[in-house]
Amino acid sequence: MKMKSILLGAACAFAMAPAAMAERGADGNVNIIYWQAPSTMNNYLSGGTKEMDAAALVLEPLARYDETGAIVPWLVDEVPTVANGGVSADLKTITWKLTEGLKWSDGTALTSADVQFTWEYCVDPDGGCANSNYFEDVVSVETPDDLTAVVTFGVAKPFPYGPFVGGNTPILQKAQFKDCLGAKAQECTTENFNPIGTGPFVVTDFRPNDVITFKANENFRDPAKPAFATVTFKGGGDATAAGRAVLETGEFDYAWNLQLAPDVLAHMAKAGKGQVISGFGTSVERIMINLTDPSPDLGEARATKAHAHPFLSDINVRKALSMSIDRALLTEIGYGATGKATCNVLPAPAIYASTANDACLVQDMAGAKALLDDAGWVVAGDGIRAKDGVRLSVRYQTSTNAVRQDYQALIKQWWEELGVEVELRNISASVFFGSDPGSDDTFQKFFADVQMYTNNFSGTDPESYMANWQCNQAPSPENQWQGNNIPRFCSAEYDALVAEMAVTGDIDKRIALAKAMNDMLMQDFVMLPITHRSDVSAHSNSLGGVQMNVWDSETWNIADWHRVK
Amino acid sequence: MLSFTIRRLLLAVPTLLFIALVIFSLLKLAPGDPMAQVPLTVPPEVKERMREALGLGQPNHIQFYKWMVQFFITEPQVIIDQMFGTTFAEGKQRVISWQTRSPVMDIIWQRMPQTLWVVGLSYVVAVIIAVPIGVYSAYRQYSWFDQIGTFISMIGFSVPTFFTGVLLIVIFSVLISPDSFFWLPSIYDTTLVVDSWENLGKQIRQMIMPVFVLALYSAAQISRFMRASMLDNLNQDYVRTARAKGLKERSVVLVHVLRNSMIPVVTVIALGVPNVFGGSLITEQIFKVNGIGQLLITAIQANDLPMVQTITFIFAILIVVFNLIADILYGILDPRIRYD
Repeated sequence: MKMKSILLGAACAFAMAPAAMAERGADGNVNIIYWQAPSTMNNYLSGGTKEMDAAALVLEPLARYDETGAIVPWLVDEVPTVANGGVSADLKTITWKLTEGLKWSDGTALTSADVQFTWEYCVDPDGGCANSNYFEDVVSVETPDDLTAVVTFGVAKPFPYGPFVGGNTPILQKAQFKDCLGAKAQECTTENFNPIGTGPFVVTDFRPNDVITFKANENFRDPAKPAFATVTFKGGGDATAAGRAVLETGEFDYAWNLQLAPDVLAHMAKAGKGQVISGFGTSVERIMINLTDPSPDLGEARATKAHAHPFLSDINVRKALSMSIDRALLTEIGYGATGKATCNVLPAPAIYASTANDACLVQDMAGAKALLDDAGWVVAGDGIRAKDGVRLSVRYQTSTNAVRQDYQALIKQWWEELGVEVELRNISASVFFGSDPGSDDTFQKFFADVQMYTNNFSGTDPESYMANWQCNQAPSPENQWQGNNIPRFCSAEYDALVAEMAVTGDIDKRIALAKAMNDMLMQDFVMLPITHRSDVSAHSNSLGGVQMNVWDSETWNIADWHRVK
Repeated sequence: MLSFTIRRLLLAVPTLLFIALVIFSLLKLAPGDPMAQVPLTVPPEVKERMREALGLGQPNHIQFYKWMVQFFITEPQVIIDQMFGTTFAEGKQRVISWQTRSPVMDIIWQRMPQTLWVVGLSYVVAVIIAVPIGVYSAYRQYSWFDQIGTFISMIGFSVPTFFTGVLLIVIFSVLISPDSFFWLPSIYDTTLVVDSWENLGKQIRQMIMPVFVLALYSAAQISRFMRASMLDNLNQDYVRTARAKGLKERSVVLVHVLRNSMIPVVTVIALGVPNVFGGSLITEQIFKVNGIGQLLITAIQANDLPMVQTITFIFAILIVVFNLIADILYGILDPRIRYD
């Protein structure tokens, strides 16, 4: 035992040694490759992950999520809560106290006016801010003194950490962006490409969609950090090439988003130059079931609540479709170790994950067939089940993507074995996920019987995600097909749970509510989750300090990255 | 000849306007949404506001008119301003990319050096290699040199660049150790400034693989054309006459035959030049050169219409111009061809 602790202590001392002796800029250059290149440094104008990760080197929020999903103070001394008095008892205001002495990279002081300005910048209706939903219900941001910012919400916010927490809502410098409000935001090219920040690095050269170079911020709060003097943030190529550059040729130190076939990734990792890291966030590949009739004969009323689906409105059919799928096999083929079979649309954070639906993890073809037989869906002469002249024939659409097409082929095989006719269709991602109301092929219009894609939510609080499946969220011609309730699920009981969660502050009650909503959706089989997907990245063996983070930007702790000697 | 050139240039104006209209309409008709790459976690209302901020709500004819004015008036003014320090374009709206919210032409200028260096150089290399090979292969038809030349050009012609490119990377970047002299980088560094011998060495190293891959492909094509054209001419009567009157073999082949054989080859070479500016979609992607080709492909993926239509249109202009250059070159190569 003693020996063990001595050894452990020695190992720790060894590991800490470079950190203790670290000096700003001592470790030279670090090469990062993002195969989709960032197109701007101001992530308020993009909403994309790649821009958020690039911006995280420069721009920082008041608090961040760490790798476990917990909120940690960043530009403040402590995270305001009801317990420490930072959040008011009526849950309507949250008071942030900035750490004293923080400086922008140009040497001026960070003040609460910058926090207030960031809110004004993003909520300007003409600005086209991609992250304005984080400021929903904020009615004002007051600045009683230089270090205090008070955010006031119009309604009680049990989870007041939307604005200024996490990489999506970093603080912009008022002095730099004051002329870039509203429509001007689009024209401020210099500002958008070279924002002044409080983060560990400053931009030296930004080439859109190509490469960004950074150097260490001389005014960064920790004099020993960052360990790297410069960063090269290269974009371009594809996921395979990026993985190769880190794992096989060793030219780069960090590669992002390596969604590759599991065997390809394992083969690359064998070269021994680096390692694959992954983290499970909230992304779930799921099949959505259309509860409304998508038949083209219905004209305007197509895929709206006016007509229920001829056979998918029968829960037995939905349940049988779910039972006949072998989720474990699909996940193994499509994602290997970077995916987990799941039966929940809300699989993470772990405290919210329900265990009530795990029966679906095992395929039960015989049970599915029996269920359909009992419900009166019997196999007709052509091998397809039918009842009262209605044949079980589904059109199954998804976006064009090799893994999704593999999933489609396998699921088609199982469903045909079950006696369901399947027509497959794949649509270019830019059309499928685009929301052009003129196109009939968007996932919101859902002019098919079932469709498959991945969705997730940002941050760790599922309230707004679970609110997606309220009755009034169903896309329809009245709301220009906007809305997140893709299956057109509608239950008064569910809506009541959503309303209750919006006013519940106690975390245990919130967990119970989120689980109840998840279970209701799962046990009604309106969506069939298949794979809980992880974010996969890779770093070279010589790069230390990387903490894969799925709740915030992957580059959240780049100030701690260092060269392992 | 001069009046012919002027006439052709004037005719090019309506042609180009028509091409611009076709490009614009095709892109408008194509399905797709610039917000499709924005994550699903961004609510639809927010996306709608972002779309409006990009000017997507305006009627089509106004969008087209604005684009034409920006392209033909504002952008040249910007160039003049930069050259002479004037302020013609001050305060005027330029063609703005939807992805980056920055002027499209600035990004194109930024991408030009690497595209010209890699794709342009590979084209020059290809022409320099291909013409002599074509000439000699034809002169010594069915010799071992011709057989090997045919074999290599068949490989260059039929093996796609995405295969040769990756093959070279696997050999020279993965299998060879990075400490070795023969190791070559698989990722092109666009920030490298050639200011010392060492950096020149680095620049040459990072250009070897992409230039080789592209040069192999173009050289294969051009050498086949050259060979075929030489073979046609070598059997002509004038060649026999030239030999009969006692001209040296050298001047028969390199002056008489070569000059006549160049006419179809010049067309092929001249019409290949716009492709250089267009970059090479695949090779740039493989070696991460991030030139014009990569710019175009990412713009298409992101539905960045101002960028796509501007690059495509510049491409159209270059094709029209190089067609004209090819026509003029015919006149120089063959004095019998006169347009006036």
